[in-house]
Amino acid sequence: MEDTLLLDAIERYRSGDMSAREIAYFEELRKNDPEIDQLVVNHMAFLHQLEQHGERAALKQQLNETEHRLAGEGVLFNEKTKGRPAIVYLWTRYRKIIGVAAAIAGLVSIATASFVSRYSSEKKVDEIQPLVDRKINAVTSRLQQLETQVNSSTETVNKTTKKKPVFEANFRATGFLIDGSGYLVTNAHVIDNARNIIVENKKGEQFTAEALYADKPSDLAILKITDTSFRKVNELPYVFSKNTSELGEHIYTLGYPREEIVYSEGYVSAQSGYFGDTAEYQVSMSVNPGNSGGPVINRAGEVIGIISSRETNADGVVFAIKSKNIYSVLRQLDDSMNIKLPTVNSLKGIDRMQEIPRLEDYVYMVKGN
Amino acid sequence: MGYFSTLISINYNLVSIDSEKALLQGLASHENGAIETIYRENYATIQAFIVRNNGFPDDARDIFQEAMIILFEKAKSSSFVLSCQIKTYLYSVCRRLWLKKLQQNNKGFPAFELLEETVSVEEDLEGHEQRDNDFRLMEQALMQLGQPCQGILEACYVQKKSMPEIAEAFGYTNADNAKTQKYKCLMRLKKIFFAQYRKGD
Repeated sequence: MEDTLLLDAIERYRSGDMSAREIAYFEELRKNDPEIDQLVVNHMAFLHQLEQHGERAALKQQLNETEHRLAGEGVLFNEKTKGRPAIVYLWTRYRKIIGVAAAIAGLVSIATASFVSRYSSEKKVDEIQPLVDRKINAVTSRLQQLETQVNSSTETVNKTTKKKPVFEANFRATGFLIDGSGYLVTNAHVIDNARNIIVENKKGEQFTAEALYADKPSDLAILKITDTSFRKVNELPYVFSKNTSELGEHIYTLGYPREEIVYSEGYVSAQSGYFGDTAEYQVSMSVNPGNSGGPVINRAGEVIGIISSRETNADGVVFAIKSKNIYSVLRQLDDSMNIKLPTVNSLKGIDRMQEIPRLEDYVYMVKGN
Repeated sequence: MGYFSTLISINYNLVSIDSEKALLQGLASHENGAIETIYRENYATIQAFIVRNNGFPDDARDIFQEAMIILFEKAKSSSFVLSCQIKTYLYSVCRRLWLKKLQQNNKGFPAFELLEETVSVEEDLEGHEQRDNDFRLMEQALMQLGQPCQGILEACYVQKKSMPEIAEAFGYTNADNAKTQKYKCLMRLKKIFFAQYRKGD
């Protein structure tokens, strides 16, 4: 009961309800009894705490109500304030998970890549594409047939028109003369399984030819023009290099990736070919099916190689058989054929633009079926 | 920098010092209008800051409420002097509170800062934590106390109702009975509160 009286006194003291006499008595009491004084201080602090709590609870209530009202109006948590940084906070919040996911994805792709490369390495030969065009357009051959028909019909009118043989080719590549008396070199893979071979020069003159020799290991073949209408060439303008070309040497080629002769140029990229094959160069130039068997000629007008293949899944990785292999092939041939490689280089030192017209007459399209 | 902040304070003095004072007074006396205005003017900035620093909009809501309570307590204290704009003060407080939370949750330091002026709010925040703790203890104690004690105490000390009013509202025959009941409740509350307080220590 005394406690209650004291509490009541404290409250009246706090709120200023006491008379002057009461205050004097109360303060006297506190001064004389430290225990009571402690109790008073303690209780006053507690009351303050209680009141503050009330205030704060009331304020929280108000804040919640305000938030609710403003959210209803779209002032708070609206699309603009919420939506714009969504990606940012999603990223910052989940970046660890994203990192882990990315790491796993990376591992999986590396594992897949190594798996694929391990099992595909045995089939690497497939990545090499011989540059023979075996997809000669049906339209083209049909056109040629029509042309032949027209020719034969005009023949009845004008007997002097030269007759072209009726010939439906199913492959097209390139070859060039190594001996003016009608010997050409091309790739062995070009004339694989060919029953009939026809060579055609830039003017469109066609000559029948036969394969004298095909050497699969070196992928070289020697053709002989058997057509009687072929007129011998006294001197070929180029020579065949016996040396190995240096890296970066500028080179060019002529060939028949189309029905028309096409020029392409590049440089020597490596002194060995596919899988370190020392019989070949790796060259960088743009070639296509049909370029096989084309001469690779350097600035000095020397034939340094014969285009043979390219890597299908890399750009500008082309392989050319080194020209010194021609010498070894010729050695295997019968002496009776008497093939003589040209010895005078008349292309040396002249401008490329003048060089090509002198050269292109000796580069032939090799067709067959 | 000094020149720049001088410019700001001049501008601030001329334009908005009176309206800001009025807002703070309104806040101190629980005026809904003042609270709403402060929300409208500042909430979006705070949310943008928090959301871009690893937070969700709900985090922004909690932090802003806490800052409002700090501002409220500051506005209520007799020693309070307005030394900067409400906007600056709230941003400084929210920034500090959020950085602390980020550190506690080991979420790292913020990568994103708004180009807002900040003021030192360390002093205000120091007392705030203790008060926040006391507030929670009192809340728990009141919950434990139960009705009708809680109601009587709130009516008396928060709503400041007179004893006859309380006697009538809570069905006591007279004010003295209600008063006796009130003191009993108060002593029980005190007991619970300090028991928890000691436990907390």
